[in-house]
Amino acid sequence: MPDRADHTHDSTWTGYLRPDGRKGVRNHLLVIYTVECASFVAQEIAKDEPGTHLIGFPGCYDNDYAIRLMLALATHPNIGGVLAVGLGCEYTQPHRIAEAVRASGRPAESFFIQENGGTRSSVAYGKQLLASLRARAGEDAVRVPMTFADLTIGAECGGSDGTSGLAGNPVVGRAFDRLVDLGGSAIFEEVVEMIGLRDLMVSRAASPQVAQQLGATYDKMLSYCKAVRQYSVSPGNFAGGLTTIEEKSMGAFAKGGSRPIQGVIRVSERPPHPGLWLLDSVPDGHFMQFGYTNPNDTEGIMDLVAAGSQIVLFITGRGSVIGSAVSPLIKVTGNTRTYQNMTGDMDFNAGRVLTGEVTMDQAADELLKMVADVASGQESKPERLGHREFFLMYKHQDTPSLEAGCHA
Amino acid sequence: MTAQPAPSAFQVHASDNVATLLAEAAAGAPLAIVGSSSKASITASEQIALGHKVALVPIAEGEPVIKFGVVIGVAMRPIAPGEWVHLHNCRSQLDERSGHFDVRTGEPGDQAYA
Repeated sequence: MPDRADHTHDSTWTGYLRPDGRKGVRNHLLVIYTVECASFVAQEIAKDEPGTHLIGFPGCYDNDYAIRLMLALATHPNIGGVLAVGLGCEYTQPHRIAEAVRASGRPAESFFIQENGGTRSSVAYGKQLLASLRARAGEDAVRVPMTFADLTIGAECGGSDGTSGLAGNPVVGRAFDRLVDLGGSAIFEEVVEMIGLRDLMVSRAASPQVAQQLGATYDKMLSYCKAVRQYSVSPGNFAGGLTTIEEKSMGAFAKGGSRPIQGVIRVSERPPHPGLWLLDSVPDGHFMQFGYTNPNDTEGIMDLVAAGSQIVLFITGRGSVIGSAVSPLIKVTGNTRTYQNMTGDMDFNAGRVLTGEVTMDQAADELLKMVADVASGQESKPERLGHREFFLMYKHQDTPSLEAGCHA
Repeated sequence: MTAQPAPSAFQVHASDNVATLLAEAAAGAPLAIVGSSSKASITASEQIALGHKVALVPIAEGEPVIKFGVVIGVAMRPIAPGEWVHLHNCRSQLDERSGHFDVRTGEPGDQAYA
């Protein structure tokens, strides 16, 4: 990498050390609702509270996958404290969530709305609990130096167009190569956008065992897509010049860069060691066959955050106006026109590589510099706008116990 | 950037039979082919938008459309060099809904709303 000109590789900033040894780039509070019926109260509790994000699960009947995901977010390095709010009828138990969070060394509280006299008193009680959680999260905060080796970065694309595969995703792929070389972890997903690329995926495996894992992941994905007759390509993709899922797939895969793939993790698992990882969010076979492959961009982003990503890069050629709960989203576009049209939302213009203004290497270095700035506390544009989208629906995945991802 | 550069199209792989427009081209516009170009230029036979594809060589009906060096679809009818390659003349080998989308907006035409 001869033309790496700046000092990106020795960037250091201050983060938050968590009891499990991971480091966060934010010290957010999380309010969790355990059923749709509690979502309004939870939303009112979190409203106008600084650095307070809202997640939850709409279903009354509980779901292994959803509970694993909420716990992974509640014990995420960017989270300093948690309040779980339930109605009182549902299967998912707020107090069990709070216990798991306390076991991770973070302050946590929980209550049922039915035991607190309805909307108004529950909102007041919740805000009171939140104030005490905020004080404790502040007292508990241990500030430590952080480098790229402490980072896990996710990459997701959405609203893709013909520039995504030529500029946006390749620039992120190049930045991923850098991050991996600096000892960090990089995660990409969207296996449903790897249609036709089985050989290419397998050729990137770090070992024969991983090659087998990647092949099996591809085969499961293809049979699932055929069974549900759904392919991850949208009207906006078409309007942006992408004609088929096969074409979109090659472009999407480019965000995986060029380093060997260390293995496949499932939703709510974490990479057991640094390097480049593929996240499989495709549902496993189940008698109810529920769950779409990837219902929307926000679901994919939450999967990447649940894997421990402190920051997620979101590549959008056509332009998208989402952010993310828990971890900052950095918006990258390969389309200069989109960058200009949505300048309040777009963080990074990778379209400059298409006009020759910058090289791919320069763009990747600039992007990593932006990652370091956001990691050090500077707000990304979605954060500045107040975006904190979250999405979770029923899904079945055969992932084993929560600890699976923690074994180093 | 005051001077508008001549419209160009990017050929990702030497074996590709299509290239991607780096800026919108009007009908009759000569397009410089950059990247792994197998030819220096081609004339767009119709208006083609940024991010969309132009055919570099004749593609017969049923023949593969190749980009990134991989098959991204199949020609639904003969495609001449310089033509816009998109939903109206190229379909997926897997996606059953391919072939049912509006060529300009991408809107699905196969979903009932009543």
